[in-house]
Amino acid sequence: MSFIPGQPVSAVVQRIEIHKLYEGDNLILGFSIGGGIDQDPTQNPFSEDKTDKGIYVTRVSKGGPAEVAGLRLGDKIMQVNGWDMTMVTHDQARKKLTKKNEDVVRLLVTRKSLEETVRQSMMQH
Amino acid sequence: MDNESQYSGYSYKSSHSRSSRKHRDRHRSKSRDSSSRGDKSVTIQAPGEPLLDAESTRGDERDDNWGETTTVVTGTSEHSVSNEDLTRASKELEDSSPLECRRFAGPVLSGVLGVFALLTPLAFLLLPQLLWRDALEPCGTPCEGLYVSLAFKLLVLLISSWALFLRPPRATLPRFYVFRCLLMALVFLFVASYWLFYGVRVLEPRERDYRGIVGYAVSLVDALLFIQYLALVLLEVRHLRPAFCLKVVRTTDGASRFYNVGHLSIQRAAVWVLDHYYTDFPVYNPALLNLPKSILSKKMSGFKVYTLGEESSTNNSTGQSRAMIAAAARRRDNSHNEYYYEEAEMDRRVRKRKARLVVAVEEAFTHIKRLQEDEAASSPKHPREVMDPREAAQAIFAPMARAMQKYLRTTRQQPYHSMESIITHLQFCITHNMTPKAFLERYLAPGPTMQYQRENGSRGRQWTLVSEEPVTSALRQGLVFSLRRLDFALVVTVTPLPFLTLGEEFIDPKSHKFVMRLQSETSV
Repeated sequence: MSFIPGQPVSAVVQRIEIHKLYEGDNLILGFSIGGGIDQDPTQNPFSEDKTDKGIYVTRVSKGGPAEVAGLRLGDKIMQVNGWDMTMVTHDQARKKLTKKNEDVVRLLVTRKSLEETVRQSMMQH
Repeated sequence: MDNESQYSGYSYKSSHSRSSRKHRDRHRSKSRDSSSRGDKSVTIQAPGEPLLDAESTRGDERDDNWGETTTVVTGTSEHSVSNEDLTRASKELEDSSPLECRRFAGPVLSGVLGVFALLTPLAFLLLPQLLWRDALEPCGTPCEGLYVSLAFKLLVLLISSWALFLRPPRATLPRFYVFRCLLMALVFLFVASYWLFYGVRVLEPRERDYRGIVGYAVSLVDALLFIQYLALVLLEVRHLRPAFCLKVVRTTDGASRFYNVGHLSIQRAAVWVLDHYYTDFPVYNPALLNLPKSILSKKMSGFKVYTLGEESSTNNSTGQSRAMIAAAARRRDNSHNEYYYEEAEMDRRVRKRKARLVVAVEEAFTHIKRLQEDEAASSPKHPREVMDPREAAQAIFAPMARAMQKYLRTTRQQPYHSMESIITHLQFCITHNMTPKAFLERYLAPGPTMQYQRENGSRGRQWTLVSEEPVTSALRQGLVFSLRRLDFALVVTVTPLPFLTLGEEFIDPKSHKFVMRLQSETSV
């Protein structure tokens, strides 16, 4: 998941579709995000490359829509509904996730175990 | 005028053509009607050196004798004179000094006027005493007070005139120096009107009120003090605050500098620029200018054009040259390659010679050391030969002479440094305990032009100020004038300094606070 600035990023991603849940007046997704280009990347416990300023999942609430959809702790979110999440500020990411008129968010997330799975499956052949 | 076109056409090698051009220059500088060309070309003369000096081109290796077979036509002489006569005549003109008289005319005039103005109050006081002393009313204490104040003010006037105005002028300006003329006219007017009133009111009716006369003299001195204040402000203070930026570029090798000046007229600005030229600009070395011929001459040698048919020659030649130029432009041009390698080679050679020179000089300096006073007394057993600086310099010059000569030849500086001057400089450095590096700083980089002046600076250095505006007009934006010398010129462009808007921002010293960087977590 390391990246070189200016070069296209390639990663093995998983598509996750989360349906928002009504809780009182708000639509919630059931996880917390951390990171962003305006944040300090060295504090990120989930990233391999400590200069990675992407958006990471830092908490998944139990039984929430995110856990049901398959989101795991430590995932890096690459896209939300087609919007790029690798080079956004924290606030921009939050806005893209909490649009009031969208019921469903389709995320592309990546994690280290995905790559290993793919590599293993390729080695088996 | 045909002498100008000839001026631009000549090269500067022969002594005959040099002196005839000096002759022409002097004629041209004496007449001020050069406005027929549209440009106003006037002469500035700065004290310094004779007209021909280290600045104009002269190369030792060039042949000075080819002028024998050249025909020189001087446009100013009506009858034909031979070259030797011209040389002799111009030398006589040089040796007699009409130029020097011109230089001092202005200051002498203003000096006479100043002395006259200073003596006038004393004359006002003394004339009644001399002429009708008995009829004067005696005047006691108030008069004495006035005497003291008069004496004190005269003393102040005298000292400040000496400090401000009694300085040898450093430049002869082509047109009148407007402010100085204004002030002289003012002083003359004041003093004349005071004398007029004095003559009519005091001398004629033999005025008896001496206190009034003394008061009159004191008021004249007050007025003179105020005129001196005006002179101080106009001549010295007004141009101190910078208002314009002058860019000075030398036409031959592009050396350029930027200077800030205040409000000046064009001729005063030219003098200012020349003052700084002599100390800031590296000396003009004509030998370092051009690309080697080997690179440039390869351009046009590739094509031969044959004419078929019997057309007229003029049409053909222009067509030919245009065709050749076009073809040469289309051909792949590799001369930049050669230039690059030639430059690299030249650099390498200079560096090698410089290394040899530095080593030779360092080694030479180790041969001598300064004799301490106690050493001479304490070692009678080993009598060493005691030398004065000149002999010491000559003794250590020999091992480094060859390396020095080769280095100077490579950097084309050998016209500026004769063997005598090198030994003199070496003697100077030894006397002042300088290291070899300090001795070499004079030769390793081309110094400012001031360094190469000869000591006999009694004659002026001739510069010509060329400008499209009258030279007494003030500097303003976009003005361009140039200062021309025999073989190069300085082009000066005037731009105003930008107007600065300074804003203020107050920073509370307690406001310098820091936090750790953000690591926020938002739940969505």
